[in-house]
Amino acid sequence: MSAFRDAGHLLRFAGLFVLAFIIFLVVRKVVVPKSFGEYGHYRGASIGEIAAHPAHFAGHQACDACHTDIADEKKGGKHAHVNCEACHGALGKHADDPASVTPAKLDTAVLCVRCHAASVAKPKNFPQVDAADHANGVPCETCHKPHNPALEAGGAK
Amino acid sequence: MNGVEGFMYPNEVELVWSVLIVLYPYITGLVAGAFILASLERVFRVDAVKPTYRLALLTALSFLLVAPLPLQLHLGHPERSPEMYFTPHSTSAMAMFGYVYLWYLMAVLVFEIWLDYRREIVLRARRERGLLRLIYKIMTLGSDNISERSLHIDERVGWVVTLIGIPSAFLLHGYVGFIFGSIKANPWWSSPLMPVVFIFSAMVSGIACVMVIYMATSKLRGTTIDMRCVDTIAMYLFYTFIIDFSLEMLDLVHRIYEADESFRSLNFMVHTKLYFSHIVVQIGLGTLLPLVLLAITQVAKLSEMARKRTYALAGALTLIGIFAMRWNVVIGGQLFSKSFLGYTTYKVGMVTREGLPVAIALTLLPLLFLWVLVKLLPPWDDASAAHGATGD
Repeated sequence: MSAFRDAGHLLRFAGLFVLAFIIFLVVRKVVVPKSFGEYGHYRGASIGEIAAHPAHFAGHQACDACHTDIADEKKGGKHAHVNCEACHGALGKHADDPASVTPAKLDTAVLCVRCHAASVAKPKNFPQVDAADHANGVPCETCHKPHNPALEAGGAK
Repeated sequence: MNGVEGFMYPNEVELVWSVLIVLYPYITGLVAGAFILASLERVFRVDAVKPTYRLALLTALSFLLVAPLPLQLHLGHPERSPEMYFTPHSTSAMAMFGYVYLWYLMAVLVFEIWLDYRREIVLRARRERGLLRLIYKIMTLGSDNISERSLHIDERVGWVVTLIGIPSAFLLHGYVGFIFGSIKANPWWSSPLMPVVFIFSAMVSGIACVMVIYMATSKLRGTTIDMRCVDTIAMYLFYTFIIDFSLEMLDLVHRIYEADESFRSLNFMVHTKLYFSHIVVQIGLGTLLPLVLLAITQVAKLSEMARKRTYALAGALTLIGIFAMRWNVVIGGQLFSKSFLGYTTYKVGMVTREGLPVAIALTLLPLLFLWVLVKLLPPWDDASAAHGATGD
């Protein structure tokens, strides 16, 4: 009995440990979202929340429906498979209301080098240039048609 | 792009893990190392290091209290970053943090310190007045039993806790190394040696830290440094450092000999962007120089003053070297592209949540905690002897 009395303080520390564990469980109950683990190790409700986000991209079918001339121009060129919004940005609002939302015109001197700046890591057959050396700030569209990037004079693509 | 050479994938240009993530393994390493030093006296009965036993425990606790703060600052969102303690999960090494941290804090360090100081806490609760009395009363947990038998039980239980604490300290820091070592997408980190190297470097930094703090506090208090104690700590620091350095060199030699597809890129990085922090600071100033200094103290008969100065210099250099090691692991692992064709640059921010002033503050904060703990629970032999005499 005296051994128990002399070890009583250890039980108090054990009690502190149990109390901390109970606080841990209570806080855990409060902070872990209700739908967590519903489908896997993530919040189940996030699927619905993400699905409810408004769409920002219209998709190239929406563009082609009105801009038939551009769609025809693109068709035969090397940019045929580059999506409109890859260069022009998300234009869902413009597709919803073309009259009041008009996209800004792009600066080809900046835009084209995003893909075509020379880099040793790119495949050798991918068209790439050192922009300063090649154009010296002159916009690319002066010589190239952005939607079908053959040279205006009909030379090499 | 600014600071980028060659080709980087877009998500590699900005470093995600900043200087605060360098501090996290550094601080947890100091905790684990300080605890291992404390266990030398308690479990392995190395009596010579007894003067640093309590100081090592308090140092470990001070650094452990600060250890998660760099992570929380890195996470941002103060309203939900504390959730990392409450939502641990066994499927992810990072999500294990809550289990590892709370186990080490509550079951090992706080319990061992409480058991070791219980007699002083009860005596001070009887003697002090006002707020201090209340603090000590709370710390007694309502039990003022300091009979010989109860203290004997404390001694036995404390021994068991230290015994459990050793693998726990290995777990704590091995776990941090495991987080890096298990990232298979990064050849700079992905190595099964990583947890082992982290554990030994933790022991090196923790032992050096307690040695420097012991010498500095003795100087500040105007007491004489127990040279037998410091000589023994320096000897253990030397031996541990040799193992740590051998493991790191084994890792290096293995990488050089294996020379896998990442080798040319990593080799280039070590000779350019990481040259100063890796070759000069980590290996030269932070490992070879302190090893040579410690070796001299082991083979030559130096005067007491010369030994003190050598230990202080070797300890400080060791702490800088281990910090450089953490830097080279965390930052170095993010400077190269997975394409092995490009490199980015890391510039430490100033007025940001993860900037230099915050990193310096977090490095100094454990010393502030240690100062408070030392005031509340003096670890000095002379203090406990004096209070014991008046208390009894």
